[in-house]
Amino acid sequence: MADPMKIRAQMKGDVCDIKVLMSHPMETGLRKDTAGNAIPIHFIRTFSVAINGKIVVDGQSGPSVSRNPVFGFKAKGAKAGDKVTVKWIDSKGESRTDEATVG
Amino acid sequence: MDNIRRTLLKGAGSTGALAAAMAAGVLKPGQALATEWNKAAFESKDLASAMKGVGAATAADSKDLVLKAPEIAENGAVVPIDVTSNISNTTSISIFVDKNPQPLSAHFDFANGGVPEVSVRLKMGQTSMVKIVAKADGKFYSAQREVKVTAGGCGG
Repeated sequence: MADPMKIRAQMKGDVCDIKVLMSHPMETGLRKDTAGNAIPIHFIRTFSVAINGKIVVDGQSGPSVSRNPVFGFKAKGAKAGDKVTVKWIDSKGESRTDEATVG
Repeated sequence: MDNIRRTLLKGAGSTGALAAAMAAGVLKPGQALATEWNKAAFESKDLASAMKGVGAATAADSKDLVLKAPEIAENGAVVPIDVTSNISNTTSISIFVDKNPQPLSAHFDFANGGVPEVSVRLKMGQTSMVKIVAKADGKFYSAQREVKVTAGGCGG
C-alpha cells in the first residue's frame, strides 16, 4: 500500500486552491537498476479530485509525470468545511483514496 | 553445492518477479472510474499521433492559453509546468513533451466548478518543446514553448 497523499485545500477568495502530493515511484520502464536489469514500468494512470463527492478534475497521466507527483488545482463553488477526496489508480491496479477538509 | 542451489533460487526468484510484473502490465484491471485511461494517446510515440489520440488533430494557437515553464531546467526529472486557460468553457487540458519517448504526459478534464488551471511536474529526457492543448466548446487551442534541459530525467 502506498503512503497516504498529502492534500491541502484552502479558500483564496471564492476559489479553492488544492495541492496534492501523491507518493508513487512513477517508473518509466526505461530505467535500469544497479545490476543492469530493467525496472518494470509502474505509474499512476488515472486520478480524480472531488469536492463533496462531485468530481471537479479528472486526470490521466503517463509515466513522464515526475516521481511523487505534485498537482495544483483550483475549483469554484467550494467553501470552508467542504470535503476534498482524491483518488488514484496505477498501472498495476493499485489505488489509494485520501480526504482533506477545505480550510 | 550450496552455491549452485543459491544461484538457482535467485534465478527462479527473479524470473517469477518478472512474470508477475509482466502479468500486471498486460492485465488490465477493470476498475470503474469516470474516465478510462486513454491508452492509445498515452502510448503514441510521436506528437502528431498523441494529439490525434486526444482528439486534437488540429489546434489553433491561442494567447488566452498561458503556459508557464522554466526556460532552462537544471533537473529534467522535475520540470514544473503551470497551465492556465482563459478561454471560456475550457473542458480539458493536455500536456505534451515533444521529444519524450511518449509525448503525452498528462490530461485533465474539468467539471462542477473545476477551474482550467493546473500545475504539474514532468520528466523531460532532453531539451524539447512543451505543448499544451485545451478544448473549449468542441474546439482545440494550443500554446507551446521550449524548455532547455541540462540533465535528463528519463534514462538511468
